[in-house]
Amino acid sequence: MEKSFLQKYGIVLVLLFICAVLSFLSPVFLTAPNLINVIRQISINGILAIGMTFIIITGGIDLSVGSQVALTGAVTAGLLSSGSSIVIAIVVGLAAGALIGFVNGMIITRGGVPPFIVTLGMLTAARGFTLIYTGGRPIYNLGSAFRFFGAGYVGSVPVPVIILGIILVVSHFMAKHTVFGREVYAVGGNPEAAVYSGVNKNKRLVQVYTLMGFLSAITGIVLTSRLGSADPTAGTGFELDAIAAVVIGGTSMFGGEGAVTGTMIGALIIGVINNGLNLLNVSSYYQQVIKGVIVVGAVLMDGYARNRQKRPAKAS
Amino acid sequence: MGNGLLLEIKGISKRFSGVKALDNVTFDIKRGEVRALIGENGAGKSTLIKILSGIHTADSGTIFFDNVEVVFKTPRDAQNLGIATVHQELNLVSSLTVSENVFMGRLPYKSGIVDYKKLHRDTEQVFEKLGVKIEPRTVVGTLGVAKRQFVEIAKALSQGAQLVIMDEPTSSLSVGEAENLFSVIKTLQASGITFIYVSHKLEELFEIADSVTVLRDGQFVQTKDIDDCTMENLVELMVGREITTLFPKVRAELGEQVLRVENLSRAGEFEDISFTLNKGEILGVSGLVGAGRTELARCLYGITKPDSGRILMDGKECFIRRPLDAVNQGICLVPEDRKSQGLVLKMSVQHNVSLTILSRLRKLMGFIDNSKETGTVEQSVSKLQIKTPSIRQLVGNLSGGNQQKVVLAKELLADPEVLILDEPTRGVDVGAKAEIHRLIGAFVQRGGAVLMISSELPEILGMSDRILVMSKGKIVQEFKSDEATQEKILSCAL
Repeated sequence: MEKSFLQKYGIVLVLLFICAVLSFLSPVFLTAPNLINVIRQISINGILAIGMTFIIITGGIDLSVGSQVALTGAVTAGLLSSGSSIVIAIVVGLAAGALIGFVNGMIITRGGVPPFIVTLGMLTAARGFTLIYTGGRPIYNLGSAFRFFGAGYVGSVPVPVIILGIILVVSHFMAKHTVFGREVYAVGGNPEAAVYSGVNKNKRLVQVYTLMGFLSAITGIVLTSRLGSADPTAGTGFELDAIAAVVIGGTSMFGGEGAVTGTMIGALIIGVINNGLNLLNVSSYYQQVIKGVIVVGAVLMDGYARNRQKRPAKAS
Repeated sequence: MGNGLLLEIKGISKRFSGVKALDNVTFDIKRGEVRALIGENGAGKSTLIKILSGIHTADSGTIFFDNVEVVFKTPRDAQNLGIATVHQELNLVSSLTVSENVFMGRLPYKSGIVDYKKLHRDTEQVFEKLGVKIEPRTVVGTLGVAKRQFVEIAKALSQGAQLVIMDEPTSSLSVGEAENLFSVIKTLQASGITFIYVSHKLEELFEIADSVTVLRDGQFVQTKDIDDCTMENLVELMVGREITTLFPKVRAELGEQVLRVENLSRAGEFEDISFTLNKGEILGVSGLVGAGRTELARCLYGITKPDSGRILMDGKECFIRRPLDAVNQGICLVPEDRKSQGLVLKMSVQHNVSLTILSRLRKLMGFIDNSKETGTVEQSVSKLQIKTPSIRQLVGNLSGGNQQKVVLAKELLADPEVLILDEPTRGVDVGAKAEIHRLIGAFVQRGGAVLMISSELPEILGMSDRILVMSKGKIVQEFKSDEATQEKILSCAL
């Protein structure tokens, strides 16, 4: 039995429904500048959520992405403010992110420590390193050319949106059409069977966490560029928005199922709701409640659809 | 109680999304008998059991239990009436003790705290009735499958079950353990408990059942006294056609030696294992559960590492540290448990089958060659006659026999020289079993070599060229196929 229409596209319908309601409530919502604004706002969360999708497909979790964003942003900013070229600063920042992810992956696979614990530790440790590195103060004076990555435009399209678009396309193909992607789904769906089939499970897990670190670094660089400074407390709580987008997008926390396209819809739903509630002048206190309800509601609906699917599946 | 019938099933039908799983099934069971329920996978046995245990409700038809019409909406309703089901996947909490499991939800209390003294005493009494010795304070997780099954039966009895439904109880038991189970069933039968006994192992029905009900394609075929049955006509009734031989052994020409194992040992698992395997040969490995057979297979395949000894392929020593090394050396494994080790149930048939050959399907930049993948998988699915609506179907939705064929397909595609089969037809119906045997035969005829672990003696005897018997981690005897008999093998294995 393949997935039913509702199961496959239900989440898109939810997004369209929310958009329809908002466009009714606010005249500003459905204008091009506002929509571009929404997409620009979600690009940060979107990039992280794509990495998180791979992690959750393996059945894992990465709680340290917010701290990774802060640390890589600070490393890049530190190099820039001390006069390094943009290319070197970015390359070192990306390498730092990949290294943190690699360390996460190695401890998880070699040490046999659950991802939740390892990345919880990394959340604190990486934040600590950021504070040590920055001395607890924001880093300024990054040069105007660096602003391009976070605040620049190509035509009328913001640069972060372009970066997100490229990452989305590449990661979609990675997930669905490469050996890497296929093995990641297998490792998440049934690690034991994957190993029995000759899949190098540990290698794939390390790769997935390294990829997450790399994408966190891209996020850190874009965020630092957009703000024009690296704040040691940046990125706090980002992991939760990323996980929320993945879950709303239909990826199973049990692993083995999910898609980056779904995650993108999840990130859009969160973004649209944030934007809509702002346009409607709803207080941020209420916004948090509404967001929480939507995360759980989406998973409830998903579970309901799955159960309806499951019951008549086997007749023997 | 006038007519002596405990259970009457009248015109039960059940549809699942338009497909008829049960079609107007009618039969009855006398109090105190052991009734075998047989049929191929998909014949409707599971559905019927699920209706009787309250998991599904029938679309139409009625059930009389003890001459009263009954309707179950939940498993609890069935339990309260006295129908207990011991499922294939046992429903015990492995971190709790035997007593706690037996009296789960009905623990005796004294002034607000659990009265463990009474609990253990009561549990002991239940086991006395069963005639087995299990310490009530043992944690269930430390028990083997056979004992866990007794715990399940004890639980059913303590709930006052009059009818116990057993779904494939011996599928993971060794011969000796199965005998113990049979004696427990007979003890309980003597005290008036009625059994419905579902099994694919037809041989054991002659030992345990009084009568047999056959289902085919959701319909009732026949109920017969076991004394009026032979293996052949049971098989005929099940498949609706004649199957010429159950074990169509093809003699392949023996070629040169391909695998040689020398003094392989792994502490606590197996010791000093030496044997050779030639092209075209099927080497059967028999023994009780726990004799170290599966552990040996896992080690040859690189899941675990040996403490000492050598493995030689084509005369050259090879070092197998992980399954990928084994695959590269030409050794593949069809593991014991298809659901947990053989398949990713959430993935499609296509993605499961191609999982072992992704490196061959790799194009530039790690992309998978889509058309080559689909072509290879389609070809393999049709060659192995895997029944699936499409290769995009989730493998979890296929029947057990077809799932097993998917595992076989993916290992065969990896093009091994040596194929290790660990219980290749466990829980598979007769039709699919014969096909799997045919595929194994075809593999050795092409020059492949097979190491086949099986707890089913007829399978071992029917398929193998040579037979190794393992006991307590050691090879205790080797037989040529024409010398071996069930009795000889058993006496070595015990």
